[in-house]
Amino acid sequence: MSAASDVAADAGAAQAMTPVLSLRGVSKRFGAVSALTDIELDVHAGEVVALVGDNGAGKSTLVKILSGVHQPTAGTIRFAGQDVTVADPAAALALGIATVFQDLALCENLDVVGNVFLGRELSPFALDEVGMELRTWTLLRQLSARIPSVRVPIASLSGGQRQTVAIARSLLLEPRLILLDEPTAALGVAQTAEVLDLIERLRERGLAVIVISHNMEDVRAVADRIVVLRLGRNNGVFYPDATNAELVTAITGASENAVSRRRARHMDAAGTEGAGA
Amino acid sequence: MKAAELIDRTDERLHRSDSPVDTIRLFLDRIRSGELGSLPVIVGLVLICGVFEGLNSVFLSSGNLVNLLYDSSTIGVISLGIVGILMVGEIDLSVGSVSGFSSALVGVLWVNMGWPVWAAIAAAIACGAVIGLVYAFLFNRFSMPSFVSTLSGLLAILGLQLYILGDTGSINLPYGSRLVTFGQSAFVPPPIAYAAAVLAGLALFATELRTARRRRGADLSSRSVRSIAGRALLLGAVLAALVFYLDRDAGVPWMLCLFIALVLLLNYTLTRTRWGRAMTAVGGNREAARRAGINVARAYTSAFVMCSVLASIGGILASARLASASQQAGTGDVNLDAIAAAVIGGTSLFGGRGSAYSALLGIVVIQAISNGLTLLDLSSSLRYMITGSVLAIAVIVDSLTRRSRLSHGRA
Ligand SMILES: Nc1ncnc2c1ncn2[C@@H]1O[C@H](COP(=O)(O)OP(=O)(O)OP(=O)(O)O)[C@@H](O)[C@H]1O
Ligand SMILES: [Mg+2]
Repeated sequence: MSAASDVAADAGAAQAMTPVLSLRGVSKRFGAVSALTDIELDVHAGEVVALVGDNGAGKSTLVKILSGVHQPTAGTIRFAGQDVTVADPAAALALGIATVFQDLALCENLDVVGNVFLGRELSPFALDEVGMELRTWTLLRQLSARIPSVRVPIASLSGGQRQTVAIARSLLLEPRLILLDEPTAALGVAQTAEVLDLIERLRERGLAVIVISHNMEDVRAVADRIVVLRLGRNNGVFYPDATNAELVTAITGASENAVSRRRARHMDAAGTEGAGA
Repeated sequence: MKAAELIDRTDERLHRSDSPVDTIRLFLDRIRSGELGSLPVIVGLVLICGVFEGLNSVFLSSGNLVNLLYDSSTIGVISLGIVGILMVGEIDLSVGSVSGFSSALVGVLWVNMGWPVWAAIAAAIACGAVIGLVYAFLFNRFSMPSFVSTLSGLLAILGLQLYILGDTGSINLPYGSRLVTFGQSAFVPPPIAYAAAVLAGLALFATELRTARRRRGADLSSRSVRSIAGRALLLGAVLAALVFYLDRDAGVPWMLCLFIALVLLLNYTLTRTRWGRAMTAVGGNREAARRAGINVARAYTSAFVMCSVLASIGGILASARLASASQQAGTGDVNLDAIAAAVIGGTSLFGGRGSAYSALLGIVVIQAISNGLTLLDLSSSLRYMITGSVLAIAVIVDSLTRRSRLSHGRA
């Protein structure tokens, strides 16, 4: 692609197509608690949607519904233009939905290769360990992983290394939709940048990406749209040019909030510092 | 090729184990951090053998070893099933009853009702499979803890065994029949036994060499030809020596060969197939396995069915060994011995860790103890106490290594 307009046209076409994922009125109750209420969400191919919200806003619950871990209490899920029920994680994987869970969900007693290929081992009756090890190294290098050996049990890896393994796992499948629940929460500076690059590469390859993060800078850097959840409900859709104050207001539900008070205090202390972003 | 170019040796923090000194240091490291493997068992076995040999020099004689290994094979097969069920983190307490019931069923169908022996055996194994399916159903459908379902199974199946045996209480299997001969006096002809020992060495050499070639071709670290040849030679030599020693008496029992073949088969399926990976994953972290798309219920079902089927095969072998199917078959210490063997051999009670070889190692330890104590003419009260203590030690080792693995990050 040489001309920028071509890219824009392609992106426009992608937007015009039916969304890869489309949620209508999705709700989830855990006993007396309504974790999600009437959630609406569209994600198109080649689009990165950031899902933000306070702790307990329901982001992980939504991800778990999409990956088949939980069943929604109400609402419809359309995937690639078809109504689907994601009955279990195997069904989600079969549809082409890959997930990096917030709690990672790795088997501590298996080594890195075993975890990356879990459930999708090469040649099921005579495991191709060499092939799997090579592919694992390729995936890990793509993420600039700092993992000394792929033949050690997951239990001996650091939090960030485990997160990299979980991300590598999700890439193995060649999914159509990838759900990343706080993928950079434990990562170092270089690895975070790698994951952000990776998200952009996934978008270029035409995947739909949902990414959850509490880091507004990262979110604005990669997201095409920012969907805010608050107390289990949709609370606005923003674009990366939204200001921090707007986002924080939507997330916390009030323009008078802990973040703005803190900023005001700092500005008082600094005297005549500019308003900034 | 320089080690630095290898894909899996690029991280500078990685300690290479190129020189023998490094290899030993890494080995000591692993022991300290709880990766004990089969070392404590082998040390324990050597100690036990030393003590009993010192007390009674019959213990290590060819004749006694033949007997010991012959006896090990029956409960060893049952113990293999326990390894499978422990891998997924569950337990089957009814293997003794299942084995006793199977032997009784074979006796009733074959001797009393005149079925062909193969049909009676097939029927008994099928019953074992059904019992496993019932446990799996109770577990998957009602989340009934396997501890409870198999404990009730223990009683119910013992009742069935007594019921089908009826008033007679005991059925003698005909001497001279193929089954009883297999259980009492079927030995591998020496040429075949030696050939098998050599073949085992060659097979190890060939497979390891193939793996090493493939890894080298892919720029991954690999074993040197010299170390592969050394290991293969060692294996062949040890097996040949064993064959030589057993041949001074009756020789290598075919039943032992069947047991070892089953051990090798289970080892292959656990370590080299997708099914085995799924079993390990389910035992390690059930929810993670489910989220990886593994059919968790199927993994549990296969473990329960395999365990009951192997228990019934073991029961049939035991009845062949005794040439009888009686009310006592499968009662007493069969249950405990089978479970203890798996744990003593190094399969974890906490799930997700274990190997088929632990059944082999563990049952030899248990049989060595019980055989040695019998030779010393000690009462069974003492035998029970000693076997119980050995089991307790094995479980303590299991718990301690688990703790040490956690603190050394090797969970
Ligand atoms: N399995 C469950 N059973 C009962 N309640 C649950 C369960 N999972 C989540 N919840 C509740 O649902 C709500 C949303 O939780 P969720 O994990 O989706 O939050 P989140 O937005 O991911 O928060 P965080 O930013 O802290 O990860 C919380 O109130 C939580 O207590
Ligand atoms: Mg969350």
